Amino acid sequence: MKVEIVTEKIDAGFLLKLKGDVDMNTSSDVRSALAEVFKQGSSGMKAILIDLSQVRYMDSSGIATLVEVMQNCMKKGARLRLFELSPPVRDVFELARLASVFEIFANRNEAVSGL
Amino acid sequence: MTDEGRGTRDDINHQTETVTLTVPSHPKYLYVIRSALYPVVVDAGFSKKEARRIVLAVDEACSNIIKYAYEGDHSKLIALNVIVEKTKLVIELKDSGKKPDVSKINPRKLDDIRPGGLGTHFMAEVFDNVRYNTSGDAGTILTLEKRIHDVRGSV
Repeated sequence: MKVEIVTEKIDAGFLLKLKGDVDMNTSSDVRSALAEVFKQGSSGMKAILIDLSQVRYMDSSGIATLVEVMQNCMKKGARLRLFELSPPVRDVFELARLASVFEIFANRNEAVSGL
Repeated sequence: MTDEGRGTRDDINHQTETVTLTVPSHPKYLYVIRSALYPVVVDAGFSKKEARRIVLAVDEACSNIIKYAYEGDHSKLIALNVIVEKTKLVIELKDSGKKPDVSKINPRKLDDIRPGGLGTHFMAEVFDNVRYNTSGDAGTILTLEKRIHDVRGSV
């Protein structure tokens, strides 16, 4: 199974929409897409938003990818905001007890608010 | 089976049932294991949420086999046995790769926020028992057990 990644430029930075399975086989694709975002964003990027509503499955490699992105965002003074976590994504966040580590929002409107 | 509820087993006195699947040790086949395992687990009596967590933990175990036992070699095999007993679910994963040092397998501390190392935590969190058998000539048998809390009253 593959993951589809749609990247959209928004005022505050970039919004990525992930669709499919983010696992050991596909997390490198997500990592590459995010590396490209960091390359394009360079300085002045306020935030990266990630829509997780269409993620059917996420494993620890997906979590690891998001942790890396969060750390890169912190280095660049940008925010990482996740929104609309699908039930399988919520499961892995709960198990990893990482929900309090990330900025998580119910929907896109809330995620862009205040940026 | 209700939409978000537990699965119910048709035969209250059902006997042990075993589902066996062998896949190559390539990450693209993890999807095959997940797809095969999920309906079996729901049918065994677990809720959809519980089933998703069980599938996640097994998927992590398979990822660890690919990464550590086979060291990224995709030409090997992973054998999965799913045994549904009256009161428990038993999942066996067999590989023929490098044996782990079981004394060094520890779920990492969750306050250590860093990429990686979550798989063993997921297994310990989801399953009641996690056992590594490295006594064979080659490879490891990982056994994961979880009690079935059946809607009909059996524990």
